[in-house]
Amino acid sequence: MNFYLLYFLVAFTIFGFIAVFSLFSVYAERKVSAFMQDRLGPMEVGKYGWLQTAADILKLIQKEYILPALADKVLFTIAPVIIFVAVYLGFVALPWAPGLVPATMNLGVFYVFAIISIEALGILMAGWGSNNKYSLLGAVRSVAQMVSYEIPIGFAIISAVMISQTLDLQIINYNQGILAIDAVKFLGFVDVTKIGGILAWNVFQAPHLLVAYVIYFIASLAECNRAPFDLPEAESELIGGFHTEYTGLRFAFIFLAEYAMMFLVAMLGVTLFLGGWNTPLPNVGSLQLATYTTGVFWGIFWIMTKCLTVVGIQMWIRWTLPRLRVDQLMTLCWKILTPLAFLCLVISGLWKLLL
Amino acid sequence: MIKTAYNGLKTAWKGLALTIKHFFDARESKKVVNVKEANYFDQQNGIATVQYPHQELPIPEVGRYQLDVVIDDCIVCDLCAKICPVDCIEIESIKGTEVIGKTSDGSVKRLYAPKFDIDMAKCMFCGLCTTVCPTECITMTNEYDRSFTLVTDLTYHFADMTEEEAELRREELETQLTERKAAKEAAMKKTEEK
Repeated sequence: MNFYLLYFLVAFTIFGFIAVFSLFSVYAERKVSAFMQDRLGPMEVGKYGWLQTAADILKLIQKEYILPALADKVLFTIAPVIIFVAVYLGFVALPWAPGLVPATMNLGVFYVFAIISIEALGILMAGWGSNNKYSLLGAVRSVAQMVSYEIPIGFAIISAVMISQTLDLQIINYNQGILAIDAVKFLGFVDVTKIGGILAWNVFQAPHLLVAYVIYFIASLAECNRAPFDLPEAESELIGGFHTEYTGLRFAFIFLAEYAMMFLVAMLGVTLFLGGWNTPLPNVGSLQLATYTTGVFWGIFWIMTKCLTVVGIQMWIRWTLPRLRVDQLMTLCWKILTPLAFLCLVISGLWKLLL
Repeated sequence: MIKTAYNGLKTAWKGLALTIKHFFDARESKKVVNVKEANYFDQQNGIATVQYPHQELPIPEVGRYQLDVVIDDCIVCDLCAKICPVDCIEIESIKGTEVIGKTSDGSVKRLYAPKFDIDMAKCMFCGLCTTVCPTECITMTNEYDRSFTLVTDLTYHFADMTEEEAELRREELETQLTERKAAKEAAMKKTEEK
């Protein structure tokens, strides 16, 4: 019985985290965009507008569910659920701290990568179900984009996995710090198993993973449909893209999934490349900084810091770069990112063979 | 391919550097200063927003915004209503039986104005009415923010006569006219009799 109670508790905690994170990051996004454009952003609801997103969600909850007369009722209704659940389930395998992971899976990377692809299905259902040409165009673009970008993102992930030699996200984490199970080698030859810190992160264990991380990061922006790859919802062309027809709580869930996806891809990238919950501070001589700053609390602290930084960079990019054209999007994916990612994959293979 | 990737990253970084500069410049706001101040263009960085109801941009003392009428100075000549390109001024006049009084600049008032309405929803703020007014009783003020929940509230009523008073004046005029008519007829009869 307690067993199930724990399951529910974990599920609610993750949901609560996603909800709080979304509220926070929507506010942050609006403020960041405002500051970058020399504006103030929300200022009226609460001091400096910090209650703005709470007011927004209250408004969304009260709104009417509008079901377009010619919409496919079943698809239209369950699409937001599928979109959200796909992202929500992705959080299950992601580790937060040493010994703190919602579900231990020896196929973690594969699972996360597979389950977030379901989102594309949800988006296509939303676009098709709305029976609106803008929605359908948005959905078609979204699916084309997500399916294409899964190639470079997959190669980038595999090149990291080849260095780590495991698909278990928690073991990948362990092997990037002082709690390593195998020997950790900085740049492939200096043994830093006892030193840890930033030197033990995957990107510094094998420097070509820096390129792989950049590829992963760019492709992950496309995966979560964010600017400069926000073609599926391109406001200026498609009104709202696949969520044009959604109102109220259904729209809120699509929005929630979008922000949860931002955090999810940030967390997966941080786990695979940037040391996950491992501290950036190394042990230097008698100053055992890495030992001091490793633990459950510190683990959560470090992964939150890293992920929020990455999310911050995602916002920074969104408010800087203009949207790509569809052909440019595909050129970037197939002609630049995919070959580069493939190169990283080859280097990873040689790295493990030769070093 | 490497070159394209490098160029892409380089140009992207240029843009990103620009936005992050603005992001950090946002720590301070531009101060609200009059455009006539000498240092107006010195403030290049910072948040440009003026938080309107809390902060206001300084406006000239003799702003040309909403219309105002000093009805005591009005001689009800109807010039403003005639020149108005959008016909937003509506004036009704009643002839006085005698000279009513004088305006502050000495013009003689002979007409009553039971109705002097300006529909600010129609007004296009051209200011023609203020230039034609012989007594300068219709002016533009520096007040610019008025909002109403009812569109009819946008019609400003400047006449200060009550309906009864107007009715009284009409009757007076009526009696004077009939008296004059009678006198005229009497005079005509007299000439015919001669």
